Parts: sequence; structure tokens; C-alpha cells
Amino acid sequence: MRRSLFALALVLAAPLLADSNLPPAYWSNRQLPDARQEAQAEALMEQLRCLVCQGQSIADSDAELAGDMRDLVRRRIAAGQKPDEIRAWLIQRYGTWISYKPTAEPAAWPLWLAPLALLLVGAWLIRRRIRVRNR
Amino acid sequence: MSRAVRFAPLALLVLIIAALVWRLATPADTNVHSTLEGKPVPVFSLAPILPDKPGLDSSDLATGQPHLLNIFASWCVPCVTEVKVLETLKGHGVRVEGIAVRDRAADLADFLAQNGDPYERIGSDPQSQVQISLGSSGVPESFVVDGKGVIRYQQIGAIDAADVPMILSRLEQAR
Repeated sequence: MRRSLFALALVLAAPLLADSNLPPAYWSNRQLPDARQEAQAEALMEQLRCLVCQGQSIADSDAELAGDMRDLVRRRIAAGQKPDEIRAWLIQRYGTWISYKPTAEPAAWPLWLAPLALLLVGAWLIRRRIRVRNR
Repeated sequence: MSRAVRFAPLALLVLIIAALVWRLATPADTNVHSTLEGKPVPVFSLAPILPDKPGLDSSDLATGQPHLLNIFASWCVPCVTEVKVLETLKGHGVRVEGIAVRDRAADLADFLAQNGDPYERIGSDPQSQVQISLGSSGVPESFVVDGKGVIRYQQIGAIDAADVPMILSRLEQAR
């Protein structure tokens, strides 16, 4: 009995609200009428990191701030800005962290070089094996 | 195969586990810092939200005196305790300016009536656009802005009573 009451209380519990009472921004969950622009906006939104749920893109996140950022992206695309300009504007404020698009910065070099290094190690291993068998 | 090579995978595993344990013991900083520290406040102009309180313009922050720009909201729980600390700061002669994020006039008026009102001006930012342009990622956050309108320091999260001397000295340095 007590257990089922507890379960019931869990089901009925209201989450602690950490959101505002204002409705979502106009373009946060609405597509742009121009399909080409919407495609551009969506591609960019998938590459921008949500500031609240830090593992998600703003396209995936339900956070209010992510909605407001989608609104910002769609408005700027509709006003004729290039996706890379919007990305640069955000990077100016939040650093490269905000963008999922890999860069060629020195910090990212190991990432680019790792596949090559692994391939070389693999080739070396295979060569050794073949030599051992031939013996 | 030589002995060293045979033990290489094990050594690698130990290395990976050591790295994981180290990261668990000293978690990374998950705060998102604005990269605008040392740069001027972006130009903005926010309408008033309350009838008896002027709105906030970026030019209001470049008046020759340092300001504390507080990003807050009536729906933000830590802001309730922070606003009392801001009152203390106001008592020390600090000019506190507010940006109310996604707020409603009635809610904000209640919030200020209940918790105190240290703000000289409050601008309304209903879609977080100015918050984003400042490189801020949540409420509450505060910026120490010097007399020329340049951001000198960003406080992420609420300013609590223990932070008062630090904030005062940051404002003094920004003079």
C-alpha cells in the first residue's frame, strides 16, 4: 500500500520548473517558408551546441535557450545572412566550443592525424605478420 | 613477439583507466564562459518592462562609471537570494543594471516587491537575444562593465554574500 502510494506520488509529482512563462520564440519550432533557407538553417542548427544540454545540438534540444537560438538562426538566415557568418558571430561570443564543425586549429591536429597514425601502425603489424608466415 | 609488445595492450588499458579515473576525480569545468571579457558590450537597446523603471541601452553602461550588469528573471530560483546580495552591493554604491530574460511585467513586479529592487534600469529581453549577444548561457549571470563600456569580468551563477568583496574589488579595478 505504502509502496503504491509512493509510486502514485512519483507519477503525480510536478517537475521543478526552471523555465519561463513566456511561449517559445516565433521561429523556434516553425519552419521557414523558403525550403532552401530552411535547409540552410537546419544544417547550421545541427552543428551548433546547446548551451544548456551541452551534449546536444540546438536542433535536438528542448531547452528554452536552444529554442531562442533556433529563432535567432532562422531570423538571420531569412534576413539573408550566410550560415558561416552566423556561426562566426556565435563563436565570437562563446568560443569555438559552440560549433560542432571540426576546425583546423592546432588543438585539433591529433584528431586529424590519428587515423593516419593508426593506418600506419596497422600496415606495420600486417607486414610483420606476413614476414613471420613466410619464414 | 617480444615481451614489451605483448604487454602493450595492457599498458594502454591501464593508461586509459588512469585517464578516466583522473577525469572523474577532477571534473571538467562545464560553465560556458563568454569570450567577450576585455571587449566592449555589444550594442543593444532593450525596452522597459515595468512602467516605473527605464529600459536599458548599451550606452547606459558607458557613462564613465563602472556598472554591474545583472542578467536575471523572476522565474529563476537562485535569483531570489542573489537579489538580496545585489541590494547589499547597491548599499556600497554599486550601480546595478538589470536584463530580465523571458519575463512578464506582473511576475517581475511581484518578484521585486517580495525580494527587493536594487536595479536602476531593467531592460526586457523576451527572446534571450541580448543574453546570447553577450555570450551568456543562463540566469543568473553578471558582468562587471567599466566606465568605457568594456566587459571586465563575468560571474556565472548567483553572486552570494561571500562574493561581495571580490565583486567590489573587480568594480574598483574597473574604475
